[in-house]
Amino acid sequence: MSTAVNDVHEHEHEHPEGFWGVLGRWLFTTNHKDIGTLYLWLSFIMFFVGGAMALVIRAELFQPGARIVSPEFFNQMTTLHGLIMVFGVVMPAMVGLANWQIPMMIGAPDMALPRLNNWSFWILPFAFSLLMSTFFMSGPAPDFGWTFYAPLSTTYGPKSTDFMIFSIHLMGLSSIMGAINVIATIFNMRAPGMTLMKMPIFVWSWLVTAFLLLGVMPVLAGAVTMMLADRHFGTSFFNAAGGGDPILFQHVFWFFGHPEVYILIMPAFGVISEVVSTFSRKKIFGYRFMIYAIVAIALLSFIVWAHHMFTAGIPLVTELFFMYATMLVAVPTGVKVFNWVATIFKGSISFEAPMLFAIAFLFLFTMGGFSGLMLSIVPADYQYQDTYFVVAHFHYVLIPGSIFAIMAAIYYWLPKWTGHMYNETMAKWHFWLTVISINITFFPMHFLGLAGMPRRIPDYALQFTDFNRIATIGAFIFGFSQLLFLINVVRTVRGHGPRVGAKVWEGAHGLEWTLPSPPPYHSFTVPPEIKN
Amino acid sequence: MSHDTKSSYYLPAPSHWPILGSAALFCTMFGAAHWLHGNSYGPYLFALGIAVLLFMVFGWFGAVIKESLAGFYDKQVDHSYRWGMVWFIFSEVMFFGAFFGALFYARISAIPELGGDTTSIFTASTLTHYLIWPNFTAHWPVLHNPDMAVFAGPKQVMEAWGLPAINTLILLTSGATITWAHWGVVKDKRKHVLWGLLFTVLLGISFLICQAHEYITAYEQYQLRLDSGIYGTTFFMLTGFHGLHVTLGTIMLIVILIRAYLNHFNPKHHFAFEAVSWYWHFVDVVWLFLFVFVYWL
Repeated sequence: MSTAVNDVHEHEHEHPEGFWGVLGRWLFTTNHKDIGTLYLWLSFIMFFVGGAMALVIRAELFQPGARIVSPEFFNQMTTLHGLIMVFGVVMPAMVGLANWQIPMMIGAPDMALPRLNNWSFWILPFAFSLLMSTFFMSGPAPDFGWTFYAPLSTTYGPKSTDFMIFSIHLMGLSSIMGAINVIATIFNMRAPGMTLMKMPIFVWSWLVTAFLLLGVMPVLAGAVTMMLADRHFGTSFFNAAGGGDPILFQHVFWFFGHPEVYILIMPAFGVISEVVSTFSRKKIFGYRFMIYAIVAIALLSFIVWAHHMFTAGIPLVTELFFMYATMLVAVPTGVKVFNWVATIFKGSISFEAPMLFAIAFLFLFTMGGFSGLMLSIVPADYQYQDTYFVVAHFHYVLIPGSIFAIMAAIYYWLPKWTGHMYNETMAKWHFWLTVISINITFFPMHFLGLAGMPRRIPDYALQFTDFNRIATIGAFIFGFSQLLFLINVVRTVRGHGPRVGAKVWEGAHGLEWTLPSPPPYHSFTVPPEIKN
Repeated sequence: MSHDTKSSYYLPAPSHWPILGSAALFCTMFGAAHWLHGNSYGPYLFALGIAVLLFMVFGWFGAVIKESLAGFYDKQVDHSYRWGMVWFIFSEVMFFGAFFGALFYARISAIPELGGDTTSIFTASTLTHYLIWPNFTAHWPVLHNPDMAVFAGPKQVMEAWGLPAINTLILLTSGATITWAHWGVVKDKRKHVLWGLLFTVLLGISFLICQAHEYITAYEQYQLRLDSGIYGTTFFMLTGFHGLHVTLGTIMLIVILIRAYLNHFNPKHHFAFEAVSWYWHFVDVVWLFLFVFVYWL
């Protein structure tokens, strides 16, 4: 994938051949592009694994009654689907994009700590093996939801919970090392003249994300460590009989969990900023304010966590504080959405696949944001809590938010990475099938939730049948449409499609477009000159 | 070595250490989980994982030291390591933050709520108190847990102004001795460095001995154990993780003591020394918080 005609290097970088050579290359690599590729493929594989679980869930919910899988297995599916999609799909994909793009966008030869970079990645396949191994042991896999609330996961958790705990320790370790690497790279590896306020917004968004990761992944490690101690060593963090409190678990978890959802969306904001600007052939509107908004969202993310706990029995003053703090998030997010719209306004717009996904992002992510605002209102949340309305909300911000941004990023940068253009017709089919099916799947869930259908239940009352059937049909179309994406990516990587030059997109600007496509193995061995 | 001539930034060649480390971590954790479930092979897998992990740490750091001594690292590489260490320590701070958070939460919210306190803005419902444990009175440290049949409370709590105060003194002194050793590095006085580091190591070890003594007293005389309710829980988890970090820090100090003996450091180039001293100061500061919030107040 990255052997290249290379006018920067004097010598062609040689890749080892033969089975052991290829295996060794990928296992031992210290190259940011190789590691980026590994992250992205891991994410792609886990996308289909987690997606298959989603389809099991939707198949079960096609009609009322326990039909296809047992309720116990249904619970395992919802739990693992959530864990895999968050930790195994969106996070690795974003880190993969960071690995590929950050050195190229700031004019660096590689990431700052290349060996650590390898370790950050290669921990993950082991972590997910540990997590998936829970399906193959006696007793159920984790079955308490991806938020693994105590005491369901402590006093009543199955044996496999310990494997999940250790797997989360490993994922946390990987994320922390990855974040350290991103920060060191951005602070220390910028080409001369690439000041912080000249960096592309994608790089800025990742800088802020890295700080969020450093701030909360250790807290998650603390949370699962407390769980482990409560399960095996007799502590009473989450047991009121010993003076602890199960609600403490929710506090610690969501102190991690809320910044975590911004970790999932922040790099997406960065991608959308790049794509919208390129295909509108205009510079991003309000560059400085875009950055201030990212920083503001990141800071606010640390003081909104208890909005996940409004019905758990927390003090009124706490509820009010977290309600108002949560509503404040809408302000910087609004700044971002308006700036994207202003960037498009009077631009010379073209609608290639990345732009289509970006525009869908603008509409659908904003919808998810609005349902989030509804959920932030304490008295209203008493009604919505634990219903399908919540499911609709976070799938609207995660799929048309994070996942669409990842797809936009792949279509946007894949020609740069491979030197070949993807198949635009297939990409357009992929886009329209995805965007329509996703609304068929998740829009009815708003109605289901408002009508009172609870989450995480394999069976439901008869009156919910119609909307559930529609949602299931949509989910299957969505799932199978992704095969088009897979085929398109594989074809492009294998060299189908016309060759592209250094500047793939007419309206693109930024250092990565000054490198040939595909770029040399070590991006900028000589620091580029930065003009304005 | 794919050491590039055009860019001064050192890009390491492909390395087998990280993948070995990943496999070792997997083995350790897989073994630990099976150990917890009482499977006979658990401890062996765990031990194997730890052994491979130690081998990896040895090899990886060894490679880095070799590269450093060969002069591959310029100022920019040095800065990458500095940023790396700073933010690693920050992540450690956040890890301790989670446990301090649990302590504060228990003291400010959970215990008053279980005791039926309706006046605080940090308590919500007092129903647990009235319906389940009406005899529980809120008091910190908690000697009488809500359910003494499940979690027997400790007889006595740790007094701050005995051994813990001495330990505070030990760690503060060790902070001074390591700074004194650092002066030695900057002034290029070898004996000065070695004595400074040796004192620091000995102080670290004495801290650990005092801590071990305290734990034995807690278990044998005070009936203060990990399972004696929220006081024992927070006490042992906080001081235990701190003790683990002191142990790691002491090992790191021993390593740089050996490296100082081998003349690895010069006044301009001694980042390993500084990294370890940052870590030691971090461990020191965590202890001060522990002393105030776990032992004293």
